[in-house]
Amino acid sequence: MATWFPIAVIIGFAAFVVGAMVSANRILGPRRPSPVKGQAFECGNPPSGSAWARFSVRFYLIAILFLVFDVEVVLLYPWAVAIRRFGTVGLVDAGIFVAVLMVALIYAVRRGALDPD
Amino acid sequence: MVNGVVVEFPALKLMLLLPALGVVFNLFLGRRAGRAIVNVVSVAAVVGAFLLALWALGELLALPAGSALKATLWSWIYVGPLQIDLGLRFDALAAVMTLVVSGVGSIIHLYSCGYMGEDPDYARFFAYMNLFTLSMLVLVLGNNLLFMFIGWEGVGLCSYLLIAFWYDNAQFAYNGRKAFVVNRIGDAGFLLGIFALAAAFASRGLWTLDFAAMREHISLVSSAVATMAGLLFFLGATGKSAQIPLYVWLPDAMVGPTPVSALIHAATMVTAGVYMVARLGFLYQLTPATMEVVAAVGAITAFFAATVALAQSDIKRVLAYSTISQIGYMFLGAGAGAFGAAIFHIVTHAFFKALLFLGAGSVMHALGGEQDMSRMGGLRRKLPVTHATMLVATLAITAVPGFSGFFSKDEILEAAYVSGHYWLWGLGVITAGLTGLYMFRLFFLTFYGRSRVEAARLPRLHESPAVMTIPLVILALLSLGGGWIGLPAGMLWGDRIGEFLRPVVGQVKSVPGLEALALSAVASAAALSGLVLAFVFYVAAPGLPERAAAWSGALYRALREKYYVDELYDFLVTRPLFFLSDVAFDRVIDSYAIEGLVDGAAAAARGGAAAIRRVETGNVQHYALTYLCGALAVLAYCLYYSMRHG
Amino acid sequence: MISGTIGAALDASWRPVLAPAVVAITAMAVMLVGSRLGEEDSEGLGWLTFSGLALAALCAFAAVGRHAPAFAGALIVDDYTAFFYCLIAVCAAMVVLLSLDYVPALELPSTEYYALLLSATVGMMLLAAAGDLIIIFLGLETMSISVYVMAAIARRDPRSSEAGLKYFLLGAFSTGFLLYGIALLYGATGSIKLEAISRALQSSALAASPLVLLGLAMMLIGFGFKVAAVPFHAWTPDAYEGAPTPVTALMAVGVKSAAFAGFLRLLLVYLPALHAQWGGALWVLAALTMSVGNLVALAQNNVKRMLAYSAIAHAGYILVGMTAAGGAAGAAVLYYLLGYAFANLGAFAVLVAVERVEQPGTTLADLGGLAKGQPMLAAAMALFMLSLMGLPPLAGFVGKFYVFSAALQAGYVWLVVLAALNSVISTYYYARVIVAMYVNEGAERKLRARRPGLSVALAVAIAATIIIGVDPRPYVEMAAGAYASAAGIARSGVRAAFLAH
Repeated sequence: MATWFPIAVIIGFAAFVVGAMVSANRILGPRRPSPVKGQAFECGNPPSGSAWARFSVRFYLIAILFLVFDVEVVLLYPWAVAIRRFGTVGLVDAGIFVAVLMVALIYAVRRGALDPD
Repeated sequence: MVNGVVVEFPALKLMLLLPALGVVFNLFLGRRAGRAIVNVVSVAAVVGAFLLALWALGELLALPAGSALKATLWSWIYVGPLQIDLGLRFDALAAVMTLVVSGVGSIIHLYSCGYMGEDPDYARFFAYMNLFTLSMLVLVLGNNLLFMFIGWEGVGLCSYLLIAFWYDNAQFAYNGRKAFVVNRIGDAGFLLGIFALAAAFASRGLWTLDFAAMREHISLVSSAVATMAGLLFFLGATGKSAQIPLYVWLPDAMVGPTPVSALIHAATMVTAGVYMVARLGFLYQLTPATMEVVAAVGAITAFFAATVALAQSDIKRVLAYSTISQIGYMFLGAGAGAFGAAIFHIVTHAFFKALLFLGAGSVMHALGGEQDMSRMGGLRRKLPVTHATMLVATLAITAVPGFSGFFSKDEILEAAYVSGHYWLWGLGVITAGLTGLYMFRLFFLTFYGRSRVEAARLPRLHESPAVMTIPLVILALLSLGGGWIGLPAGMLWGDRIGEFLRPVVGQVKSVPGLEALALSAVASAAALSGLVLAFVFYVAAPGLPERAAAWSGALYRALREKYYVDELYDFLVTRPLFFLSDVAFDRVIDSYAIEGLVDGAAAAARGGAAAIRRVETGNVQHYALTYLCGALAVLAYCLYYSMRHG
Repeated sequence: MISGTIGAALDASWRPVLAPAVVAITAMAVMLVGSRLGEEDSEGLGWLTFSGLALAALCAFAAVGRHAPAFAGALIVDDYTAFFYCLIAVCAAMVVLLSLDYVPALELPSTEYYALLLSATVGMMLLAAAGDLIIIFLGLETMSISVYVMAAIARRDPRSSEAGLKYFLLGAFSTGFLLYGIALLYGATGSIKLEAISRALQSSALAASPLVLLGLAMMLIGFGFKVAAVPFHAWTPDAYEGAPTPVTALMAVGVKSAAFAGFLRLLLVYLPALHAQWGGALWVLAALTMSVGNLVALAQNNVKRMLAYSAIAHAGYILVGMTAAGGAAGAAVLYYLLGYAFANLGAFAVLVAVERVEQPGTTLADLGGLAKGQPMLAAAMALFMLSLMGLPPLAGFVGKFYVFSAALQAGYVWLVVLAALNSVISTYYYARVIVAMYVNEGAERKLRARRPGLSVALAVAIAATIIIGVDPRPYVEMAAGAYASAAGIARSGVRAAFLAH
């Protein structure tokens, strides 16, 4: 049974962290609601319309595409730093990687993911 | 295999090839070829197989006793030491069965040409019939358990297809399904038996399902395993051969075309269980307890089915129950150790029962499909050939001395007596009396007394065409003389078939001549008294049966309703299973229980249809909850495991 | 000089993974070509996909007999991998044949459809070849995410969206378990390489560690979802019913084969030391999976849903084989998957042929009277049902025979008894399909004109179901050889495993 102690600790800790995060602001923050505070925040302007406005799905598309190329950059930076050590094989590998992403970009453009309207 | 030799005989493959070609031809070209060609091809395929079987028999008889012919098709299942060759083996036992299957099969195929003369779907019919012949030959000739199982499943499939042949009728289709499902219960037993036996041999390092090899090394099997395997195989046999408790499908199978009833549900397929027990006789001889079960089930079924047959009014149903009863005799013989006698009874039974069915078919053909005996009567002048041949068959099944049924039934009853089953012997004798009663009841109700045929049908009443009466005559001759191949030992040429089979199925004790004679006399007296009673009831004093029925009241009703066994099975098995599947699993466990877990008492209160409908839309949270419960169970198992072992 | 280096690099590390690489390149080609073409050219895209998959199958076949770890052991290339490469590529190619007229008829976006089909195939292949925990995860997710989207690809059909969403949500849930299991196993043994994990677990102290046990349990749960084992099966019927029929075929055959490929390699090849731990859990899972799958299938009227429960039940039979463990069981499971794949693909092909354009229906009533109008289709469907039922001499029977006898040798008598009883129950609902086609009357149906692709798929499935069952020897040899090469034992060793028990 003693061997299970660390696992019990992990489970307990996980539960504690989640609980703490959810309830901390409730405990710490003062809660004095007023009509003005309840309004949607629009950079100081008086809010107009419902806060539940609908956005075009295109925004999500762009966000997802951004994520893809973001990850590309994240991978290419460390590769660039160590480029000499990887040699020719590394260059080819990275070329393949970029080519694959290129295909995705061409596809996205052709499908009109980046068209303005 | 005492001193026998095994000889390669490739023509055995041809015996399977002919009906196979028949199937392919009828299925794909039958409609285009037309009726005449289909008739010729399908009959020729079976007759060809019969001629090949005769040839093989000639070869076999030329070899020393206990020999066999063989042919190998190809290696089928093959992993490491386990190698199952699909091969054919033609020994004495297989020879007898092959001749019956192809011989009686030929006659019935010929008869079908007339009987199905008006049916538009003849090509499909003959395709199924040839497929049946093929499967049955595989069952009989297969040299190992698995190959036999293929044939076993094949004949079951054909039986299902042919029972539901006129599938437009929902009831017929239901009956076909019933036969299939009931048979599958037996098949499960057979399959488990194969596993048990294979495992028992394998644990001793012998990887085989081959009959010859198993027989040689049967001493490797412990008696406990032999008992288990024997009982499992017997469960399979009770399904295929319609014995208690799995007999319920056979009476309902009579909705198929009558040649089908004659070939599959009387002469050949239903006796496959007896053949299987005889084939595995070396296994059954290891376990006296199982033999007792086989004998007892056989005798009780024989008696039970005979009583039910007394009160049925459908001519084919009476014959169906009589088939169940006669197969009961075969199992009684097998259980008493007289496998040879059981096989002998298969042969004679094939002759006279096929004849009875074909005769009944001829009557139905004349009456435009009428099966109810209360609307027959006085037909003997209109259908003289049918009448005469039916008389022979009825005398044969009643076991009147001299007719074929006498010799085989006598051997069985003698074996039961000699092996000390006095009670079962007594039951067999009483059943012999009942057999005489119900068979002659059928005979008299159909052919004697005043005519009760509907007036509209009278003018068109006619004897069947020659293509149907010739098979009747051939079978009548066989029913008359077929028993003489197995006379009691010492009489004239003696028990030829018994001696032929002995190297395969073994020897039984016999009794001194005088005592045997006394036993025969008792059984014959019982049979004849049944005959006389039927004469009194249905010819001499026609009012008597109704009074007897009224007097016996509840008993008669129970007989008429077949002891309510179908209703009992429906209540005990069918309904609970459907309930379990539909309500318990689909609604309650898969949906309702989870629903209850999630929404607790509120959902339970809302309850009923709304809850079910809502959940059947498939709420993902509920699915996730099931998943989580499962995951927790696995984790709990881990915890438990670690606490026990860690 | 540079080209020489590149050539050497290609030779060393790329050749073993040629098959998935070909599939991936085809996927990219489909994306590039498809985005240029209009939707009316979907059949051309289908044939492009088909040829890519065929080429991949050839590459895989050519690689049989070469045993080499690739990418520092991340991928294992042996006959086992080649076996599954071939099986998966053939299954995917058959699915393409089913899709050729289905995709335009339902107006599915063909570029995305075929590209996703190919990327799912890449994932399956990676899963089959995985040599470390990360590749297992990567392959599983590449496959799953593609299939989630494919399930939901019929955007006009709400049931399709529902299928995709449910599959995705529960799939994400199960991925969490799998990932946690991987993490725990890595934490306990200090390696993600299966080889190293296996070696580390030789020490009994580590094998008894709760971290290992917990990790193992989590991975069981994660894989249990992918192979649709009860109680992790709840998504299956809804997803199978709602997804477009060729996608359902892919889920029932490709996803299942690939998941079992990974599962089998993980447990039987690399974690046999923990058999005492996972054997019991798998026993219960197998028993539950068979029984619930079969019993609930009895009550289904929709054939796709019935096939979903039947797929669950078959997963149960396969789990019986895995519970038994050992060489004989491994080979038996591989053979079983082969027979199962073709019978199921065939059944779905018939459903694709039968579905009507205006009102896609796959209930038993929709199959009514099929034997009259379409005798060949009905006969083919009957054949597949009989094989799934396990009737000799079809592939399903021989597969069951091997799996059950392997379990029997390993001493799991009761599990085999339960499995045999389950096969008996299963005959009822398979027979119902046959009865519906041959006995019941059906409405007049107008079928789509069948394109040759579908007929070819049907013919292949029929031939395979019969041939693999009637003459199983070469295929058994193939399965035994594949498993033996994965387990690192001689082929005769697998046979010897039969004797050992």
